[in-house]
Amino acid sequence: MQTYDLEADGLRGLNAALHAQTNQTRWEIINPKGSHAIAVGLDAPIDVTVKGSTGYYCAGMNQQATVRVEGSVGPGVAENMMSGEVIVEGDASQYAGATGHGGLLVIKGNASSRCGISMKGIDIVVHGNIGHMSAFMAQAGTLVVCGDAGDALGDSLYEARLFVRGSVKSLGADCVEKEMRPEHLALLETLLERAGADAKAEEFTRYGSARKLYNFDVDTSAAY
Amino acid sequence: MCGIVGLFLKDQSLAPQLGHMLTEMLITMTDRGPDSAGIAIYGDEVEGHVKLTLQSSGPETDFTALDAELGATLGTHVTQRVIDTHAVLHIPSDQFDAAQKALAEMRPGVRVMSRGDTLEIYKEVGLPRDVAARFDLSRMSGTHGIGHTRMATESAVTTMGAHPFNTGSDQCLVHNGSLSNHNALRRKLRREGVTIQTENDTEVGAAYLTWKMMQGATLGEALQSGLDDLDGFFTFVVGTKDGFGVLRDPIACKPAVMAETDQYVAFGSEYRALVNLPGIDIARVWEPEPATVYFWSHADGQTIHDKAA
Repeated sequence: MQTYDLEADGLRGLNAALHAQTNQTRWEIINPKGSHAIAVGLDAPIDVTVKGSTGYYCAGMNQQATVRVEGSVGPGVAENMMSGEVIVEGDASQYAGATGHGGLLVIKGNASSRCGISMKGIDIVVHGNIGHMSAFMAQAGTLVVCGDAGDALGDSLYEARLFVRGSVKSLGADCVEKEMRPEHLALLETLLERAGADAKAEEFTRYGSARKLYNFDVDTSAAY
Repeated sequence: MCGIVGLFLKDQSLAPQLGHMLTEMLITMTDRGPDSAGIAIYGDEVEGHVKLTLQSSGPETDFTALDAELGATLGTHVTQRVIDTHAVLHIPSDQFDAAQKALAEMRPGVRVMSRGDTLEIYKEVGLPRDVAARFDLSRMSGTHGIGHTRMATESAVTTMGAHPFNTGSDQCLVHNGSLSNHNALRRKLRREGVTIQTENDTEVGAAYLTWKMMQGATLGEALQSGLDDLDGFFTFVVGTKDGFGVLRDPIACKPAVMAETDQYVAFGSEYRALVNLPGIDIARVWEPEPATVYFWSHADGQTIHDKAA
């Protein structure tokens, strides 16, 4: 285990040191104090623990690495993640996991607005609630919400799968409730287990795209 | 982009350190707004007197013997404290209107930053660290205060375009975002007789709240109607003599973090601004909900949090 004091030694030094890793090493970052861009652009199977809360874009563009934050994160955590895992013990601010292509993002508290916006294959599990406009234009991947979802969930959704256990304040354009089939239950069980979420797959409702916005249709023109 | 910080003390033993804590928070937000900085601080009250904070680009000429001159014109005693480009005048409450008229004739180049029983507003163009040093903000004490670092998008970088804006006696507003219907709203408010001095969008927001309250709305009601009438992006933090409020637009893309302990309620555009506050590790930290009015008040010796004032 190597310890890096962010306040004493600076952000550029941290990210350069993490980028230089090729083997399975373990890192602990102390004194993050809400700094931006902590552990971004990693591309090695390393294990990083941030001891405290972070600012914008923590663990952005992650590949292979596991990044755990023992605190809350600012906007854009794990933005455009490709693979690996990012686990947030606290809350996440807006657009968590935005445009993510792969990997698993776990938020053990709540996530605010635009969680999973334009997600392209990432899996996101939120133990708490999510804010408005989440999974807006989501293209692929899975968003699991153990609590409630805010307004306009899944607006202009493509092929991403959404599972919500609690209430949904409102659904966005072209997002509809869908039948839960055995393959969905199996997927959900796997993700809940990987995310350490204490919830049963049967308690969730599935939402997805009605696919009415894919092609122009004069009868649904009001929704464009 | 702009930065906002705010600190509302529940534990008044921290009052002597308010300026110091707010200044640190303000400087941390320099990255979000290096153009200008300002602070509204709620300090001491002098019984039967109103505080008028003035600004001048030529303070040596404008403020020299201003207290004696104004006192002689009004036939009363006026005191003043000059701090860099600003001066704080204490004027007997019943002479306040006469004093404003006399000042406008006596010193036409002087601008009014704020008026109220306890409120003082200091703001200038420049890096937050430099602005704070000019006014010695870190040595100021008070019950609560709000600070702003500006990155101008809607209008020129000038003292009058800097925040906070005084919206009425002891009331102030700071803003992160941009209003898109400010031109139409400015014309409407001017027709209603509201004075708006600049082309700045936030000044229109401030004037709108003042106008609503002149018509009898409470601050909470004025903010609530702002959700319908103000188009654009905003995170607002407002100050009153007793309290401190927060409102975000329904889209809520402008960041906001709050922290609360037994000693204070704090606001920051980013968590970074809050990290050196006492007891932050055990504070309740959260992101305020969109389109929701939050308000804390010292009224009746009690701290009230009214989520939908």
